[in-house]
Amino acid sequence: MAEKYGLFIDYQWCTGCHSCEMACKVEHGWKAGEANGVILFEDGPRMMANGKYEYNNLPVFTSQCDLCADRTAMGKLPTCVHHCQAACMKYGPVSELAKLAEATPRSWVYVPEQ
Amino acid sequence: MLTNELEGVNKDVYKTDWQWQEGEYTVTRTNMWTAPGCHNGCSVLYYTKDGKVEKIEGDPLSPYNQGRLCMRCLDVVETFYHPDRLKYPLKRVGERGENKWERITWDEAYDDIVKHVREIQEEFGPEAIVSMQGTGRNICWQTPYLSYAGFGSPNFVLGFLSGDACYLPRTTIGHCFMGDFFVADMSQHLEKRYADPEYVYPEYILNVGNNALVSNGDGFFGHWIVDVMKQGGTKLIVLDPSCTWLASKAEYWLQVRPGTDAAVVIAMLNTIIEEDLYDHDFVENWCYGFEELAERCKEYPAELAAEISGVDAELIRQAARAFAGANPGTIQWGLKVDQTVCGIPLAQALLSMGAICGDIDVPGGMMIPRCAYDIPDSYGCGMWNLSDEMLGKMLGVETSPLHALGFDPTANGDTVLNAIETGEPYPIKMLFIQSTNPIANMAADAPRVYRAMRSVSYNVVVDVFMTPTAIACADIVLPCGMSSERNSARVWWWPLRSIVKVADYYEAKSDEQIILELGKRLEPRLFPWNTDVELMTWWIQSGNRFHAGWPHKTDETFPELVEKVIDWPDDWAYRKYELGWLRDDGQPGFNTNTGKCELFNTLFDAWGFDPMPYYEEPPESPVSTPELFEEYPYVLTTGARTWEYFHSEERQVPRLRESHPDPLTDLHPDTAAKIGVCAGDWIWVENMRGKCKQRVRINPSLKPDTVRSEHGWWFPETEGAEPNLFGVFDSNINNLTVQGVTGPTLYGAPYANQICKIYPVTKENDCSPSEIVTRKGGF
Repeated sequence: MAEKYGLFIDYQWCTGCHSCEMACKVEHGWKAGEANGVILFEDGPRMMANGKYEYNNLPVFTSQCDLCADRTAMGKLPTCVHHCQAACMKYGPVSELAKLAEATPRSWVYVPEQ
Repeated sequence: MLTNELEGVNKDVYKTDWQWQEGEYTVTRTNMWTAPGCHNGCSVLYYTKDGKVEKIEGDPLSPYNQGRLCMRCLDVVETFYHPDRLKYPLKRVGERGENKWERITWDEAYDDIVKHVREIQEEFGPEAIVSMQGTGRNICWQTPYLSYAGFGSPNFVLGFLSGDACYLPRTTIGHCFMGDFFVADMSQHLEKRYADPEYVYPEYILNVGNNALVSNGDGFFGHWIVDVMKQGGTKLIVLDPSCTWLASKAEYWLQVRPGTDAAVVIAMLNTIIEEDLYDHDFVENWCYGFEELAERCKEYPAELAAEISGVDAELIRQAARAFAGANPGTIQWGLKVDQTVCGIPLAQALLSMGAICGDIDVPGGMMIPRCAYDIPDSYGCGMWNLSDEMLGKMLGVETSPLHALGFDPTANGDTVLNAIETGEPYPIKMLFIQSTNPIANMAADAPRVYRAMRSVSYNVVVDVFMTPTAIACADIVLPCGMSSERNSARVWWWPLRSIVKVADYYEAKSDEQIILELGKRLEPRLFPWNTDVELMTWWIQSGNRFHAGWPHKTDETFPELVEKVIDWPDDWAYRKYELGWLRDDGQPGFNTNTGKCELFNTLFDAWGFDPMPYYEEPPESPVSTPELFEEYPYVLTTGARTWEYFHSEERQVPRLRESHPDPLTDLHPDTAAKIGVCAGDWIWVENMRGKCKQRVRINPSLKPDTVRSEHGWWFPETEGAEPNLFGVFDSNINNLTVQGVTGPTLYGAPYANQICKIYPVTKENDCSPSEIVTRKGGF
């Protein structure tokens, strides 16, 4: 079985710039109002128990995310990873991403359906 | 493949050539800079087919943005080919405001403009013609050159921006303080970037007056800050009334009352001097007037600054110690520094802080930039063609000699507005408005500026879309090209980057073509170039107009630059003041009277301005106008940037508008509850001058008495003709701001520190502010 690929998000650095969303929409030709492959969930500024404000931004991938199959087939990165302004996303084999996540506080790995 | 960093780039797919074929597409490696507007100049790959841009991608081989792009560039193809773009030159056929036009040819348009220019020059003198531009469009040198060389007028101005309150206060005092500007060093002058062995990550960044991640001001890619935080462990001190993402990551977030930053920064200086935390060596060798500065700072103990700003005194001291202890420390400063009446003294305080802490022009510090090859990418381009007599007529010079002598000389917008209204010191008969939409964006007291612009007898607008400004006042409208439709270049600051034409759009022409073709008709001697390519080669090679030494000029041609894509000159160094690179006489030191960083400013002293930093309360505030504050009990700050839009642009672009459909005003939850509104409700924001309506967003990090409203809103999906005028006054926060209230140098204006009241929009009180302004003479 071919190795399964996914996405790793080091979300403590996600600034909420929406580049992943727009990159996805443009790449797949989805128009305003149409569903996208990734949606940015934003929370903050939220006061935490320690008295400091926090932002927690997280790109969440929908069933329309195909990990940019056309792009990766020709040796490019998924467009969200390529354009992420905070450079906090990575694309790779899930097994490797899981190891990376283990070493990275407040990160997560997205594993697609297919 | 586990990386999106430069070294991991797949070179089979991303090439170092400037152009290649990829399947059905021609791929062109170049750089993007306007239209649409921006302060960056990111490297992109255009994928074109049949003369049309089909796709865009960030160039991962570019050390500048390393493949990254913001959502505006990602969606730029939708902007490039928006059906509402201007396609042909237009001449007004109805009354101003009716939005009725006829298509004319370029020759007819130029003939009409030349006829009017000649008549005005003869009857009133060239100075009666005012040229203007906004911010962030690639016309920084083109419009000035047309004004000085084509029209022969010294009056080039930033579209009614009161107090020239964007960048110019900082460049001007930088020029007087040390002969140069500074930018935070994020390795952007080094081709190898963070990997260059010379580079040092800053230990602290003091972030004042901007949210760089969103605004990317002054040729600075905001997310470089995230890079240095991640890779170099850089820490932050942030002065901001709202807890931005950067503020949430900061060691010290100083929540200043809008407009009081100067008090805090001078108090930080005081702590650094009082506790002997400054760099004695740098102060002794490279600073002038330390004793005077120390005396001045004593007037600003942390407790006083705390009382003024609302920031805890101990926090101010801690932040001062952290900055002084950083080796290196740097400052990321921005627009809001300029947007108070004490913009100049605040900028002076920040420069002083960097100087006494020894952070000027060290790796990772406050580096001194100039444009690559000393290319005159500035508002002074072409000024050498004016006589001293004509220069002396520049509006604003009589009040403030800085306007003629500053680093970026321009006429003063407030003075131009007065001249239009009063005919004094001479009448204004024509406005040449290139890529600015003042009544939607940068003009304070927008209704007043609307009336003034309409009163000028002949106006030309150059833009990409029909704007409220064009409908309100233009007689001729010229369609200009987008970034992909022009041969041009980007050089703010380093490196030099190509902008290559890869497409055409109907009859739109580039700004370079427009000034060249118009200039050739007006003053052929000063426009000797046959094509835009020749013009660009002249520009690239025209260095050392304002500096004798560094940087050296180049003999590179535009076609050569196109093939290079990005050109890194080899004459970059840190600590240039030690090398004799900064002064025209080639001696070590700074390019000032004393050769030093002037903590006590000798030029200001000679001109009768305060030579040292001071704090001045905003002209309308809880402190300066307490009675007025009872009626308008909120402090209003304006102009926070959004990811989706560059100022007043892109409201017509569907995917961007989807992400941010409405103008937003931030309120503290208690404040929202107090006036009985929830997130998404429409409210009126109103003060003595006018009102506008925006939707509520809840922001718990604000002080309950602070209101934070967006700017730049108009509604291109609505009726363009008056009374609606694209709804330009409906949500316009500049119905509330003021013209003509500036610092003594005429620099700095209180855009971001106003007062207001707020209340819900109801069926009973709802109305159209645009109709009030355009039909009823209101606001």
